[in-house]
Amino acid sequence: MEELHQVLGKNGLIFAFFVVGLLTYGADVISKKVFDSKIPGSALAIFLALGMGYLGGLIADGEQGLSDLPLFEGLSVLGGGMFRDFAIVATAAGASFLLIRKSGWIGFISLILGIGVFFLAGVALAWMMGYRDAVSLCTLGAGACTYIVGPVTGGALGASSEVIALSIATGVVKTIAVTILTPLLAKKIGLESPGSAMAFGGIMGTSSGVAAGLAATDPALVPYGAVTATFYTGLGCLVCPSLFYLILSTLLGA
Amino acid sequence: MIKGLALLSFCFLAGMWCGSLLGSSLGIDANVGGVGFAMIFFLLLKEASVKKGLWNGEFAFGIEFWNKLYIPIVIAMAASLNVKSALSSGLLALLAGLLPVLLAFWVFKVLIKKLGTS
Repeated sequence: MEELHQVLGKNGLIFAFFVVGLLTYGADVISKKVFDSKIPGSALAIFLALGMGYLGGLIADGEQGLSDLPLFEGLSVLGGGMFRDFAIVATAAGASFLLIRKSGWIGFISLILGIGVFFLAGVALAWMMGYRDAVSLCTLGAGACTYIVGPVTGGALGASSEVIALSIATGVVKTIAVTILTPLLAKKIGLESPGSAMAFGGIMGTSSGVAAGLAATDPALVPYGAVTATFYTGLGCLVCPSLFYLILSTLLGA
Repeated sequence: MIKGLALLSFCFLAGMWCGSLLGSSLGIDANVGGVGFAMIFFLLLKEASVKKGLWNGEFAFGIEFWNKLYIPIVIAMAASLNVKSALSSGLLALLAGLLPVLLAFWVFKVLIKKLGTS
């Protein structure tokens, strides 16, 4: 047993691959069996990971969740800022200028509207809950956009681990809400054509939520929603820690 | 594989450099929009390398791998955050996750009505 501990301790990053893979597998099974694939496995896995981070915090009494336990140290390497930002840039591989032209001005307008609405609403709610500093407000507003924009913004601005965790949790709740509400509200809001699906993807933004929600509404709409949703996170990562932060800190006079 | 990865790395580093230059020129000690800049560089260079015929399966694989790794990285990150103290404001996560979505559904409805479904 001691030898195993040694091996796992020395190869933390590799062990982290294994742990995350196992967690993803478990989340996929739960998503299929319990939720009938209605909630995306990825959102569920992130939610479970937050739960594990909580348990880790209880056991180790530290500030880095599960990775405060020596055995799970590798998680903070895999989930650290460098790998995270690098992988996010790689997601742009799915986008191209051809797609941008295809989604056209309706995509552009919906993206601007979408990021604006979520950011503002997120900041307003965070303000009501007592947050007053520009960095935390900006991170939480970014978290209301997606669970990626939140930690990227928080990481760039130097927000606390607690606020970053909160921004991820917010983004996960958003993904699940979009997934569940889209098929329920689709008819009422006029979401029935490829054009409207494009606008929908731009406004809602969360790729996994939009894809899962549209799949439950009408599978034919999924690629149209995905086209615009692809750009949401990228655009969010660009404007939240820069333009939006500057506006916020100017308004707050800090 | 490594050539694609090198292209991605170059864009990443260039983007981060722009981000920190912008940060220091604005007088804040932060990387301002580095990830966004990197994505723009990457899109441009991707387009160029497709035109030059560099972009083939092997080349793209080095990038695709990281593209696919991003959800696992977010999972690892979620498990290594200070969730315990964040839980005391868990209500905020719930509200800020849900209310803006409802608002956005409404905005969408208005937008579609204005534009007419095309």
